[in-house]
Amino acid sequence: MLQRTVPIIILCASGAIMVLAYFVTAAVSWSETVNVWFNVLAAVAFVLGAGNLLKVNLEKISSQRPGWGYSAITLAAFFFMLVVGLFKVGAIPDSKYPGVRLAGNYETPASPYGWTYEYVFSPLTSTMFAMLAFYVASAAFRAFRAKNTESILLLATAFIILLAQTAAGMFLTGWIPEDSAFAFLRLDWMKVAITEHIQTAGMRAITIGIALGVAATSLRLILGVDKSYLPRGGGAA
Amino acid sequence: MRWTTMPRSLSTLVVAAALLLPFSVALAEAPGAGPDKDWIRTDRLPLLLVIVVVSAAVVAAILLARTGRPVKIRRLAALDAVDEAIGRATEMGRSVLFVPGIMDMTDIQTVAGVNILGRVAKTAAEYDAKLEVPTSRSIVMSAARDAVQAAHFEAGRPETYNADNIRYLTDEQFGYVAAVTGSMVRDKPAACFYMGAFYAESLLFAENGNSIGAIQIAGTAEPSQLPFFVAACDYTLIGEEFFAASAYLSGERDQLGSIQGQDLGKLLAAAVIIIGCALATAGLWLPACADGAAALRKFFGG
Repeated sequence: MLQRTVPIIILCASGAIMVLAYFVTAAVSWSETVNVWFNVLAAVAFVLGAGNLLKVNLEKISSQRPGWGYSAITLAAFFFMLVVGLFKVGAIPDSKYPGVRLAGNYETPASPYGWTYEYVFSPLTSTMFAMLAFYVASAAFRAFRAKNTESILLLATAFIILLAQTAAGMFLTGWIPEDSAFAFLRLDWMKVAITEHIQTAGMRAITIGIALGVAATSLRLILGVDKSYLPRGGGAA
Repeated sequence: MRWTTMPRSLSTLVVAAALLLPFSVALAEAPGAGPDKDWIRTDRLPLLLVIVVVSAAVVAAILLARTGRPVKIRRLAALDAVDEAIGRATEMGRSVLFVPGIMDMTDIQTVAGVNILGRVAKTAAEYDAKLEVPTSRSIVMSAARDAVQAAHFEAGRPETYNADNIRYLTDEQFGYVAAVTGSMVRDKPAACFYMGAFYAESLLFAENGNSIGAIQIAGTAEPSQLPFFVAACDYTLIGEEFFAASAYLSGERDQLGSIQGQDLGKLLAAAVIIIGCALATAGLWLPACADGAAALRKFFGG
């Protein structure tokens, strides 16, 4: 019972404090305390996460399961960054305390930690991000197939927006005077009409729905109506 | 309603409110609370009113649902497809992948995602399907384990719960993407669920899932990522649907009632928008209506 009742009470009190802090200035410090508690929990949980990472990958290596080589690389990278980061290996000495190695700057690319971050980690993450361009193209190819009325509308809208974003848009319709009765045929006019009126109206409807959904979900949690996230039986393994 | 017969959840709220209200009243009336040091943010009082009205609507709908009044909720195709997706994975002998987003438990979307995970895990436990949950935050891993374990208990199969299937990968956004998409390509899960807060990685997940032929069901409240999920996934829970999903899947009267309360709030928002539009339009000819529209805009902070 305690395993479920205590978390609900903590959640109820923390939630109420966070709401109160938005309206009562003096309660802001209480909400800051709640945030500090969360940070403490997150720091403790990080140890759990690192432990889990070690356990899962060591098991994979020891049982030589398919892909165990990736696990070996993961653990090697994990320990390398942990050691050079924690012990500040090769850190640039601080001008105030040149004799104290742990006072040195380890984030500069001149140190092993900073160099690895700058020249190994950053390019790898940039590569992952860059792949998004290809995925956008493949997703757009599927989404813009004119299968029915809705997809034809989507295709036409995308065509107008894309064309209006390019120099071709101005070349094709830029000659129509802005103050004429046919100004609405200009691609830049159509782009503004679509993005600022039609799209904004739709997005605001979604945003209002999201805000109400957040309020209802928070209330379900604070009232203890939704307890699906809580442990049952013997607790988490 | 006598205290002893009051539902526990409401009595918890009453206790919390009883503890907090005197504090706030005392703070508001404290001497020295001048215009520069207001204890209460008066500029936010309209928002407080909206919160009180919406909360009252949700609580009233929950209480009405408890009286046995029929609760009708619109069917959500994405959630009706959950059983189908997990059933397909079971038949194919492949795993089910659940990605709870990349944010921590401080984000309400992650909380909603973990709640849905509980429902998905229950179905997976009933079907004896393997459920993999890679997480990018340690606390999310811990919460996800609790939710999945509770689901296995609820399904009457606590012995099939394996904590190692819910694992922590990394806090780094694209490191997490690389690990998850790599395992997707290698293990080829038959069903992929993306429920939580997503940013640039949404399309990377969804397109990889599409390339392996998985049934994909996504849900997020990030408006900028919704088009990507809609384009690449089979089903998408858009905004409020995502928050209603956990309640919908639970089938519990209390939770279904809360969705109706949420709809009342939506009705109220629609009414205010229509009144505002009507006043602003009529204000072109009638100054009184223009004043009314301006007052309404000011009330809502516009």
